[in-house]
Amino acid sequence: MSDRTFVTACLVPLAVFTLAFLALPLVRLVQASFESEAGWQIYLQILQTPRYLETLVNTVLVSLAVSLAALVLATTAGLFLARNRFIGRGLLLSVLTLPLAFPGVVIGFLIILLGGRQGLFNQLLPGHIVFAYSLTGLFLGYLYFSIPRVLLTVMAAVEKLDPALEEAARTLGASPWRIVIDVILPGLAPSLVAAGAIAFATAMGAFGTAFTLATNIDVLPMVIYTEFTLSANIAMASALSVLLGMVTWALLYVARSFAGTTVAAGG
Amino acid sequence: MTLTIETAAKTFADGTRALCPTDLTVGPGEILSLLGPSGCGKTTLLRIIAGLERPDAGSRIRFDETDVTGLAVEHRNVGMVFQSYALFPNMSVRANVGYGLKVRKVPADERRQRVDEVLRLCRLTDYADRPTHALSGGQRQRVALARAVAPRPKILLLDEPLSALDAALRDSLRDELAAMLRQFRITAVFVTHDQSEAMAIADRIAVMSSGTMLQVGRPEELYHAPANTFVARFIGNAMPLAGQMENGVLHLPGGRLELPASAAGKTAYIRSENIRLDQAGSLEGKVETVTFSGGHFRLAVGGVLPDGSLLYLQHPGRTAPESGSTVRLTIDPSDLIYLADQTSTHS
Amino acid sequence: MKRSLAWWLQCAVTLVIAAFLLVPAIQSILAGVTANYFRGLSSGLTLKWIGRVWELYSASIFLSLWLAIACLVVTLVIGVPAAYALARNPGRLSRMLEEFISLPLAIPGLALALALLQLYGTLSGFRTSWTFILVGHVLYTLPFMVRSVLAVLMAMDFRSLEESAATLGASAFTRFRTVIVPNAMPGILAGALTVVTLSIGEFNLTWMLHTPYLKTLPVGLADSYASMRLEVASAYTLVFFAMIVPLLMAMQWASARAQRIAQ
Repeated sequence: MSDRTFVTACLVPLAVFTLAFLALPLVRLVQASFESEAGWQIYLQILQTPRYLETLVNTVLVSLAVSLAALVLATTAGLFLARNRFIGRGLLLSVLTLPLAFPGVVIGFLIILLGGRQGLFNQLLPGHIVFAYSLTGLFLGYLYFSIPRVLLTVMAAVEKLDPALEEAARTLGASPWRIVIDVILPGLAPSLVAAGAIAFATAMGAFGTAFTLATNIDVLPMVIYTEFTLSANIAMASALSVLLGMVTWALLYVARSFAGTTVAAGG
Repeated sequence: MTLTIETAAKTFADGTRALCPTDLTVGPGEILSLLGPSGCGKTTLLRIIAGLERPDAGSRIRFDETDVTGLAVEHRNVGMVFQSYALFPNMSVRANVGYGLKVRKVPADERRQRVDEVLRLCRLTDYADRPTHALSGGQRQRVALARAVAPRPKILLLDEPLSALDAALRDSLRDELAAMLRQFRITAVFVTHDQSEAMAIADRIAVMSSGTMLQVGRPEELYHAPANTFVARFIGNAMPLAGQMENGVLHLPGGRLELPASAAGKTAYIRSENIRLDQAGSLEGKVETVTFSGGHFRLAVGGVLPDGSLLYLQHPGRTAPESGSTVRLTIDPSDLIYLADQTSTHS
Repeated sequence: MKRSLAWWLQCAVTLVIAAFLLVPAIQSILAGVTANYFRGLSSGLTLKWIGRVWELYSASIFLSLWLAIACLVVTLVIGVPAAYALARNPGRLSRMLEEFISLPLAIPGLALALALLQLYGTLSGFRTSWTFILVGHVLYTLPFMVRSVLAVLMAMDFRSLEESAATLGASAFTRFRTVIVPNAMPGILAGALTVVTLSIGEFNLTWMLHTPYLKTLPVGLADSYASMRLEVASAYTLVFFAMIVPLLMAMQWASARAQRIAQ
């Protein structure tokens, strides 16, 4: 077998699998979204129906809030962990990054343990603090899986910062605060944008957490799920899926062109 | 084995001509060096010989009488030392050297014997079981060489085999490599951009520039009788004496030189080692810079050549004129090289 | 050196986040071994709930392990050669193909599951078999394997290694087997651990693709959260942590190692 033939043969299994189980199903999904009486106008319907529009706005707002909170918190922690060496640092780092691959359902359950009816907060202050099934619970759940992702991206970026830049600023008399503003944050900016987009896209598509919390807040993945399973409104479920998929993909694509890496979505 | 290359050429997919049609013959046991600046096509030619690059249609590569042009690299039986050495990081020294025998299904005990022999010739016996990353640069180079020769290839190809080493090591390993290549008595082609390396190792040198082979010959031939201005400049840095020729006399801003009649219509070239300081010299100039380099001083003299060009000369001895002083120089006309101007050749 | 206010603030934020992530996890671990969660630890420690989980859900735990291994085998067979082929052709077409197979990282699992269901949902033999879930898991984990191997290959000068093997007489397949695969091993290992970890924890796709007879571990978890008493749900979560945390740590170690090599 010649070299070229061998290299081509190496791609065949991937090509077959991807065509059968990714390309064709996605084509089918788009096709299915056109199969109601509304045709392609189903996409207009999404924007005209208050329930869908509200869901869309809710999802975007929660995701945006989660991304910003995760960025602020994880950047602070990331800088702290990257710049300080102390006993237990490794352990702390593990605690902060291990939830990376926890499924959304488990995170939902953990939030219930914190803020559910039988949760920690309600036990400490009985009868008052139940937040798990509300917007707050959803926000905290999304924050739970966003923090490790942002933290890893930020720490990788901090390690790539040239320490000489900071030293140069210091020799020129800059205060620590000015160094953060003038040197560190501009250096981290591309990674922060990327990490923010990853957190946003992940939150937009998160299903397991919302599913477990069974909140009264409609988010897009939950609506897709109910449209498909309960209402059997397949065209609408497909259209919403296509919309959601395009938004998250576009965001991650832009993010990757900023930072050149991808952290797993999911959650 | 005799290597014969006929009208070998290479045009890349984007249309760049890496190698213009080239003919070359390398005799049995001969060591030939492909010498030229980076991008001159020497590595492309080497990779065509190896079979790693497919030449343009019409090219012919023959090993003795066998045409190997269409033969895949793994069936050509060539040995190659790569610029980066490309030692397999997942194998010990012994496994690296034995790899070519193993994939050719040589029986284990014969393989062991051959590997031991090659390891001994390359003075690697003590390192046989080490991982390759635990070796020094010079040892890595010897492993690369041992691995290439172990399957007894028809021809040995070396791509800048010394360039991965630091300067101090390079000089001592150059002579060692030359001695080892001679002991293997194998036809070899090696690529370098360093003329002193080529002169030290090769029987013959092929000078290349911009995809063209300009001159092939023994090192002393290239030095004393360069075929064109590029070879003259590239081998031994010959400097052009650009002045007005009138009736067999070359007029330079710094004085006059009498030239033989054969020089008419040509440019005279001189090398720095052939210019002497001499009170009675016919040329005069001002010393611009003086640098001491151990064996001699290197002087840059202005005012001799037109247009502010500097003339460099090597001055042996313990003292040198100070910069700014005026000196007189002498050039023996028999040291001059006369070459027709070739506008087509790059400098 | 005296610590500044900013330092203490940073330290506090870091610790609060760590507590936020850690405390509920510890709660669930404790709840899983507490006799009665409402009366607290004073009610005594017990393995009763874990035993109960084993009775109820051992089948889903084994299904998840089986799926993870099958998923690993498939991603190895598809992903390693593909990564090599992509590394060999570093052109625009390869970039596009890599981008395309990475779509399952960006598109929510729910949308992918919906797409698969609509195309293959009517093939009942396939729809109800474990291979249908396997397809979803491979779809989601394959890009991790391909990228992990590709990153290691691109970082080493694999072309020179391969060319030198070729000059020594090795055929294309021999070169792949003796030079490419052994040297890509750190990337393959990191990819393999990622694939197994993600497959065991995958919920979004699996929830849509599973059938009542084929419940994976996370599907079982969702089931227990909805219908079991808190102690059982916690004990099941504890079992899940015990499986996933060592894998996660191994995965992070292997990824860091592969990344060091890739630099």
